[in-house]
Amino acid sequence: MTTTPGSAVHSPTFMNGDEFTIPTFMLLAQEGTLYDGAKAPDIDRETARRIYQTMIFTRVLDERMMAAQRQGRLSFYMQCTGEEAAIIGSTAALDDADMIMAQYREQGALAYRGFSCEEFMNQLFGNELDYGKGRQMPVHYGSAKLNYMTISSPLATQIPQAAGYAYGQKLAGEGRCTITYFGEGAASEGDFHAALNMAAVHQVPVIFFCRNNGYAISTPASEQFAADGIAPRAFGYKMRVIRVDGNDLLAVYAATREARRIAVELNQPVLIEAMTYRLAAHSSSDDPSGYRSKKEEEAWREKDPILRMQRWMISQQWWSEAEEKALQEALRREVLETMKRAEKRPPPSLDSLVTDVYHDVPPVLARQLEHLKAHIRRYPEHYPRGARSLETQRTTGGEEA
Amino acid sequence: MTQMNMLQAINNALDIAMAANDRVVCFGEDVGIFGGVFRATSHLQEKYGRARCFNTPLVEQGIIGFANGLAAQGSTPIAEIQFADYIFPAFDQIVNETAKFRYRSGNLFNVGSLTIRTPYGGGISGGLYHSQSPEAYFAHTPGLKVVVPRNPHQTKGLLLAAIRDPDPVLFFEPKRLYRASTGDVPDSDYQLPLGEAEVIKEGRDITLLGWGAQMEVLQQAAELAEKAGISCELIDLRTILPWDVASVERSVLKTGRLLISHEAPLTGGFAGEIAATMQERCFLYLESPIVRVTGLDTPFPLALEKEYLPDALKIFEAIKRSVEF
Ligand SMILES: Cc1ncc(C[n+]2csc(CCOP(=O)(O)OP(=O)(O)O)c2C)c(N)n1
Repeated sequence: MTTTPGSAVHSPTFMNGDEFTIPTFMLLAQEGTLYDGAKAPDIDRETARRIYQTMIFTRVLDERMMAAQRQGRLSFYMQCTGEEAAIIGSTAALDDADMIMAQYREQGALAYRGFSCEEFMNQLFGNELDYGKGRQMPVHYGSAKLNYMTISSPLATQIPQAAGYAYGQKLAGEGRCTITYFGEGAASEGDFHAALNMAAVHQVPVIFFCRNNGYAISTPASEQFAADGIAPRAFGYKMRVIRVDGNDLLAVYAATREARRIAVELNQPVLIEAMTYRLAAHSSSDDPSGYRSKKEEEAWREKDPILRMQRWMISQQWWSEAEEKALQEALRREVLETMKRAEKRPPPSLDSLVTDVYHDVPPVLARQLEHLKAHIRRYPEHYPRGARSLETQRTTGGEEA
Repeated sequence: MTQMNMLQAINNALDIAMAANDRVVCFGEDVGIFGGVFRATSHLQEKYGRARCFNTPLVEQGIIGFANGLAAQGSTPIAEIQFADYIFPAFDQIVNETAKFRYRSGNLFNVGSLTIRTPYGGGISGGLYHSQSPEAYFAHTPGLKVVVPRNPHQTKGLLLAAIRDPDPVLFFEPKRLYRASTGDVPDSDYQLPLGEAEVIKEGRDITLLGWGAQMEVLQQAAELAEKAGISCELIDLRTILPWDVASVERSVLKTGRLLISHEAPLTGGFAGEIAATMQERCFLYLESPIVRVTGLDTPFPLALEKEYLPDALKIFEAIKRSVEF
C-alpha cells in the first residue's frame, strides 16, 4: 500500500518547498501594544504577574551568576537572556503536571514551576544539598517534584526520550503531555529526526519546542541548515507546526496553549519553532565577539522580550515602575545571600562517589570506596573536600527532605 | 624551534598538512571562522578557504559518516569531535564503518586517510560529560588506530603521522594539557612513529606505564618514589591500538614489576589488556602482581573529581605496595 498518493505529472517536476513559507505568529508589538487584529490570549492578572516576575528573576539570576563566574566563585554558567518569553511563556501555558525535558538554557521553565533560589544555588555550587549530588556541571538542574527531568549534556538525547515519556502518559490516560526544549543546533542531531518520526507514527502527546536563537556556539543558523528554519521539517513527518515570535510572550503562550490542547485531546505531536536570539554568550566559556557583531546584538537588544512584556503589563495596570524597582532589589539581595550560603556548604559525602551507579552499590564499588577512604585517611590534607566528609559523615539532601 | 602549547602544536600540524596536500580538509562543530571551541583550527579557514575548513551542522554521526565518504573518495579528512564524550552518536559510523571499510570490501575501498581528533579526559571540572577517556571502547575494534599524545612536540609529530597513516586514526587530545603543557617544537614537518612506545626514563625497580595526560602524573609519582629510594622506568605507550607489546615486555622483564595507570574506570579499561598480556609473557619474571591505578568504576564526578582521579599520591602508594609485596 502506498502511503503517499498524489496527483500525477508527466514531465520531471522537482519541488524544493519554496512554495511554502511558514508565517510567524505575532500578537504583541515591541511598544507593548497588540498588532491590529490581534487578540490577546485568555490570561489572568495572577498568571501574567507570575510569568513576568519569573522573567525578572532569571535575568537577575543570570546577571549575578555570570558575575560570580567572572569572580571565580563558580566554574561555569549559561544564561537564557533574550529567550525568557520563549521559555517561560511556553511553560506557563502547560499544566504543572506536564513533563518538561529541557536542553540546558531553560532555567525560566524551572523557576516558573517554583524551583527556589536556594535550589538553584545548591546545584550551581554542587554542594551536599544538590539533588544531583555534585556530579554534574552547573546549570544541569532537575526536579522530580516539579516534573522537570534532570538535564543531560549530550545534545538532543532528550528529544526522543520525550516522545517515549509522552507515549507512556498516553497509555496511562493521565491527560498529560510532555514538552521538550532544544536549540536549532541540536535539531541537526539524528535524535531529533528519530523523535519526530516516532512521535508522529505513534500519535504521541508531545510538544517539540525549538528555541531558534540564531547560533549554536559560534555556528550561525545559516551554517546549520539550508532550509527555512526548523518548522518545515514537520511536514515531512506529518506533524502540525507553528512558527512563533519567540520574544512575544503572548504569542508563545497562545501557541503553546493550543499545542497542548492538540497534544492532550487529539494525542498528536506538535512542533513549535520560536524565533528568538541568544543575547548573551553561549556560556561563560564563550566570547561571541569572535563570530558576530555588536551591531547585530544591539538590533536584537531592542527587541528585548522583558521590556515588551513590561510595557504590556503596565498598560494593563498589572504592574508598575515602583513594583519593578522593589522586585529587582529584593531579588538581587536574595540571590546574593543565597549564593553565599550555598557556596559555604560542604560537598556531597565521599559515599556519593559510588551510589546511584546502580540501584545497590555492588561489592566491587564498595571495595573501591574503602580503598579510597583508607588512602584519604593517610593524606587528608591533600583531599580536603573528601576528607571533610570522613570526619562528619553527612547525608546528602534528598529532594523530598 | 618555537615555544608552543599543545593547541598551537595541533594548529601548526594541521596547517602543515593542509599546505602540503590540498586534499586535506578540516571540519567539525565550530571549527570554521571561530577556530573550534578550543581554537585548535584557528586561522585555517582564513588561510585555506571555506571549502577546506568549515563548520558542520551539529551532528556527530553526520560528521563521521561524511568523513568516511570523503576518505573513500580519496580526500584526507580531519574531523573534529568537539569533546570525546560526544563521539558516541558517531560510534556506529566509527566502529562499524570506519574500522571495517577495508576488510569488508576485500580492500576495494578504504577510509585510511581519515583522522578523527577529539579532546578527552578530566581534571577540568567538567563533570561526567566533559571528562571521559573512551579509548578502551575503540581499542576493542580491529581496524582502527588509537593515539594519545602527551606534550606539544609529540602532538605535532604524532598528528602529522596520523594524518598520513594509511589507516584511520582516532587522535585523543588531553584537553587538561591544551594550554598547560608547553615546550619547544621544531618548525619543520616531522613525524613520530605510530605503534611505538617511548621510554621516557630508564629505571630498575618498577615499570610505570601510561599515556596522554596521565604521563605527567606518573612522572610526579616517579619523583616521589625516587625520593623513597625506588628507581622507576617510565614509559609512554603513545599508541593504544595497535600497542607496542615488545617495548613494554622488554621493560617488565628488566624491572620485574609493572604499574599501569589511566583515568578511565578500572573494569574493561585498557590497562586490563596490557596486564593480561604481560602476565602471559613475563610470568616467571614478575616480582609482584601487576598493579592498575585508575578511575573508579563509576561515571566521572564533579565535586569529588580530585578524589576520583588517579593522582601522583595514589600511584606512589601503589608503587610502594608493589615494591614491598
Ligand atoms: C552531542 C553533543 N555534541 C556537542 C556538544 C557540545 N555543545 C554544547 S552546546 C552546543 C551548541 C548547542 O546549540 P543549540 O542547540 O542551538 O542551543 P543554544 O546553545 O543556542 O541554546 C554544542 C555544540 C554537546 N553538548 N552534545
